[in-house]
Amino acid sequence: MELKYLKNVATLKLDTDKCIGCGMCKIVCPHAVFTLENNKAGISDIDMCMECGACSMNCPVSAITVKSGVGCAYAVLMGMLNGNKDGEGPSCGGSGCCG
Amino acid sequence: MTACCSENQTLSASLTIKDRLGSWKARWGIGRMDHSMKAGLYAMGCPDGHSPVLVTSNYKMTVDRVRENLAGRDIWLLVLNTEGINVWCAAGKGTFGTDELVSRIDKTGLREKVTHRELILPQLGATGVSAHEARTRSGFKITYGPIRSEDIPYFLDNAMTVKQSMRKVRFSLIDRLVLTPMEIVIAMELMLKVFGAMAVLSALGILPVERADYLGLLGSVFIGTFASPLLLPWIPGRAFSFKGMITGLMWAISVVLFLFFKGSANWLQLVSYLLILPSLSAFFTMNFTGSSTYTSLSGVEKEMKTALPLIVTALSAGALIRIASFLIL
Repeated sequence: MELKYLKNVATLKLDTDKCIGCGMCKIVCPHAVFTLENNKAGISDIDMCMECGACSMNCPVSAITVKSGVGCAYAVLMGMLNGNKDGEGPSCGGSGCCG
Repeated sequence: MTACCSENQTLSASLTIKDRLGSWKARWGIGRMDHSMKAGLYAMGCPDGHSPVLVTSNYKMTVDRVRENLAGRDIWLLVLNTEGINVWCAAGKGTFGTDELVSRIDKTGLREKVTHRELILPQLGATGVSAHEARTRSGFKITYGPIRSEDIPYFLDNAMTVKQSMRKVRFSLIDRLVLTPMEIVIAMELMLKVFGAMAVLSALGILPVERADYLGLLGSVFIGTFASPLLLPWIPGRAFSFKGMITGLMWAISVVLFLFFKGSANWLQLVSYLLILPSLSAFFTMNFTGSSTYTSLSGVEKEMKTALPLIVTALSAGALIRIASFLIL
């Protein structure tokens, strides 16, 4: 049974006009979200995207954008309790939180 | 001539009992933040100027997993300072990143050790490293190796290629199982405080807390931190909080039926359990998102927007009803 998370939430966007077909996105994606056909990247299943950001990090022409972050409820909760200070959003706890 | 000289820090490919014990302890959060190595350049076997350079984090468990797969090979291991955090988490935080990589190359004098200009990085490091930027800044070309260190031998033996399956991260039963100890430890740190408060209220005669209260809560913790993560693919729903609520509800119903047939609980107390036990389990299973390999931030935020208010409401209502049930007696 393949584990799937929520649908229609991923913020992943690919600009195929900018794409040069280098294939880096396909190499780095840990969930095989990208395809490579006719010298252009494509998205096969956007709901598999976990927004890790590896693709946008490694696209040499900035054709990919994604609101990347850690999908951790505890971090989101800590961020909320800290009033979203210092740069807002999820905050990882001190020691013992991240493995 | 030969690089097998004492000026290199060497690492063995064999793990000792102390290493394995250290990994086990780290899984339970014992001495977790001290389980790190000094960043720098390490030699495995007898590497020379032509030997491959593998890059990794300075979390000792990571380094152990990498080196145990490099037996009989001559490798340079460039260990980045990720503050003792594993590759993927560190990459997400930015510590396994382009800046640290470039800086560590300079600090270790890697350019004098190898004649080639190629680095092999774990694929999950790509979240924090921009390969093209690293190349521009350091002169080293980045190749992303497989996700799992156990696939490194295949990668090295097959001209730095991988099977497509090696580029997909998994979240198998074993993967989930080894993550549960930390979930349990963190949950129990919170629950022991709750149990302590309950015990004090009970001892002071303020609330006649019963065994069923403790055991019901304890069962919920076990369900939320252990059972739900293990059974993840087979529990209905996609949101982790929903899955935790389902298994928690099954536990709650069992507790309620047991107490009902035993005749030892009043109905308000049973109602309170139906509110508290599933929501507590939902909360802990929701926290498992941080340990998973496939939840997106957007998904977690969406899930929490619904789940958190429901959990808080159910827990509060349940607690109030339970307190009220003491007064009915």
